[in-house]
Amino acid sequence: MSQFLETFYEESFEGLDIMESGLLELNTGAADPELINSIFRAAHSIKGGSATFGLDEVALFTHVLETLLDELRDGRREVSQQGVDLMLQSVDCLKEMLTALREGSEVDKERAEIVHRQLEDLLHNDSSAGGSVSKGLAEVAKVEEEQASISGWEIRFHPHPHMLKTGNDPVRMFRELALLGELTTTVDIEGLVPLSDMDPEESYLSWELELKTEASREQIEEIFEWVEDDCDLEVIAIEEPALKSQTVAGSILEGSTKNESKVAAATDESSTAKPATRVASSSGAESSSIRVNTTKIDALINMVGELVITQSMLGQLGDNLAEESMGNVNIERLVDGLSELERNTRELQESVMRIRMLPISFTFNRFPRLVHDLSQKMDKKIELKMSGEQTELDKGVLEKIGDPLVHLVRNSLDHGIESPEKRIECGKPETGTVHLNAFHQGGNIVIEIIDDGAGLNKEKIKQKAIERGLIGANDVLSDEKIHDLILEPGFSTADTVSDISGRGVGMDVVKRNITDLGGSVDVTSEEGEGSTFTIRLPLTLAILDGQLVRVGDEVYIVPLVSIIESLQAKKEMTSSVNVKAEFYKLREEYIPIIRVSDVFSINTGVNELSEGLLVIVEGDGQKAGLFVDDLLGQQQVVIKSLESNYQRVTGVSGATILGDGTVALILDVPGLVRLHKNPQQPDIRLVNGDCKDVA
Amino acid sequence: MEMAAQQLDTSIEINADDNQYLTFILSDEEYGVDILRVQEIKGWDSVTSIPNTPRHIKGVINLRGIIVPIVDLREQFKMDTMEYGPTTVVIVLKVFDDNKERIVGVVVDAVSDVYNVTDGSIKPAPDFGGAIDVDFVKGLATVDEKMVIVLDIDHLINTAVLEEMVGVSEVSENSTAS
Repeated sequence: MSQFLETFYEESFEGLDIMESGLLELNTGAADPELINSIFRAAHSIKGGSATFGLDEVALFTHVLETLLDELRDGRREVSQQGVDLMLQSVDCLKEMLTALREGSEVDKERAEIVHRQLEDLLHNDSSAGGSVSKGLAEVAKVEEEQASISGWEIRFHPHPHMLKTGNDPVRMFRELALLGELTTTVDIEGLVPLSDMDPEESYLSWELELKTEASREQIEEIFEWVEDDCDLEVIAIEEPALKSQTVAGSILEGSTKNESKVAAATDESSTAKPATRVASSSGAESSSIRVNTTKIDALINMVGELVITQSMLGQLGDNLAEESMGNVNIERLVDGLSELERNTRELQESVMRIRMLPISFTFNRFPRLVHDLSQKMDKKIELKMSGEQTELDKGVLEKIGDPLVHLVRNSLDHGIESPEKRIECGKPETGTVHLNAFHQGGNIVIEIIDDGAGLNKEKIKQKAIERGLIGANDVLSDEKIHDLILEPGFSTADTVSDISGRGVGMDVVKRNITDLGGSVDVTSEEGEGSTFTIRLPLTLAILDGQLVRVGDEVYIVPLVSIIESLQAKKEMTSSVNVKAEFYKLREEYIPIIRVSDVFSINTGVNELSEGLLVIVEGDGQKAGLFVDDLLGQQQVVIKSLESNYQRVTGVSGATILGDGTVALILDVPGLVRLHKNPQQPDIRLVNGDCKDVA
Repeated sequence: MEMAAQQLDTSIEINADDNQYLTFILSDEEYGVDILRVQEIKGWDSVTSIPNTPRHIKGVINLRGIIVPIVDLREQFKMDTMEYGPTTVVIVLKVFDDNKERIVGVVVDAVSDVYNVTDGSIKPAPDFGGAIDVDFVKGLATVDEKMVIVLDIDHLINTAVLEEMVGVSEVSENSTAS
């Protein structure tokens, strides 16, 4: 059961997201029936699921919400701001409840209680005004109530012509029904065709059945379970024995709210009266996707990687054979086959890598709510525009970019967009705009956060920076440099510290998080016109552009992003304080030389700097020259963790598998710099705050 | 070597209390590991060494896309090292550490046999006095008049793999010594 429970939670959180985004759209325009329907369906699935798993609090809570939505859906209630806000609160509340249940922690009953009561109030106040009936659906919470006053069921059963072909026999079903109580059947022969036209395998009849029983709706529906897609079925409760079949349905539909619970048949536009839960689940399946555990995908990616290696080995072999025996027909065929294999494997590899890619809308979706809430809180009018939501990027990157983005958007709302009065004063439209844009550029994904707010105040930034000692009082800085200052630690220009942003932690954290992902962030701004934050990220964390270098017999990979340049060391440019501290003078800058062979204790036999090459790299804001024996090729490599089966190794960020199947280590430039500085201290990773693998 | 050539006893009967153990040879002693933990056995092939690691960590290999560390058990037990020969094999084991699962390969002189051992017949080990830490030994079992040292591989391998990385200076000494 527990594995289903996990699925339920995941689906419920997705459902809540759908509800949230739907509710936000409701906010701005006239009620779109399709939209309300989708919100309703999401709520309904959550209710159904939670009842199934015995999460009664959630089920009861959602039930009220659902009733409200149902009234909206039927047009018996106007979409009001108050209602939408309350429903948004309920969504939050449900989120909290589900999170608490999932983690096994205490549910905040009080809050749920309050929101629940508000919902009830809203529901009861207006439902008398509306005066009409809610259509009852096969609702969990109401079954008992329903049961109390029911003396029997009226069943309208109209098989589709092909039902008999599925091997279902109505007579057998009636026999089963008869076991539940006193059964009266009336057959309707209206659909009967002349004998000459009759197909013996088709059904032309329909029935009206009256069953006097105490059996529940479920028991009756169970009997029809196998044929529910092959017939039109209505199950209507008979409240009083006196009420006669034909009038029952109609009278109840026109009845008062009290009857709501007793009308159980979902007499929707379609006459198919499947239980509502089924309707919901079938519409939930509209998006044609399946849920797959990422470990399975990673295993698949690994296997394909292996396949590529085997393929390249075979290809090599084929080429050799072809060279040796020119003109052999069979070998030519083999080579043809192998080249086809190569094409297919490449395509397979690309498709498999694409499985991990998700559209950035997964992250963007949370912003309408954020902007909605914050703009209300700050009394600002802000419109959020989004474009390029379908731009795809790796799930790993997607998960990690969420928080930095939230921070940047909050920052734009708080510091960027001015208050409506001020905007009018400046001759700008009252409503400010924040634009989120995503697109692919080269091997990167670019995310822009553009606002038409006040822009950055260069003078203010400069003053603050001088105050904080980030720059000297007489430093001359380009606009770009000034803008970049706001990404420095401990910098905030907000005059007052709000709870939204402005503590001066954050922008530097944003920058660091993005740098950790192998990306970069830039600011451009025009005073009075607005600012643009541009984030550049690699499409995936799993692949890295690497420069292969040789040190002794070992091959290492240096991430291309950290390489500034590679050069042949000239002797006159090097200077050494002692053996352990050598420097290279590169354009008026002294760069420490790190001999990879020394920090990794490899005996290369190369001592003279002129015999090898210097790879100038930058890591943690510091430049260094890596001394290696030789540069080999450049290639894209798939990053594999050393930690999953071993442990973290200082100076190495991971490993990869080269074309020939051997393992090569990927160098961690900041780690190497630290290792170079403190060679005697093997536990640098502890200093780093990462000791989870050291048991 | 002759041990490795021995036929595996295929006529082993399986009882409910029995566990099967794969045994291997290390410096003429026979050691056993629970066969359910053995993922595969492969011949010794070159590894990619990891810098600044203790001597018993030979390096890492690519096992169908997974990076697997290789531990030399002779080094781990501080025995005399031996040239790797044709019988030298890597036993790929699955070990558990709290909730984490690791795949680790161990280099041994040769694989020997598969035995059925009832749990009850494994006797606690006396202190060996140095060669192998008793902590790593689950017990001793006698099979066909031979003694098999049954290893606690979870403890043994996790200790081997998690051993602190050594300082650079220390490694330099080691590398010159070897």
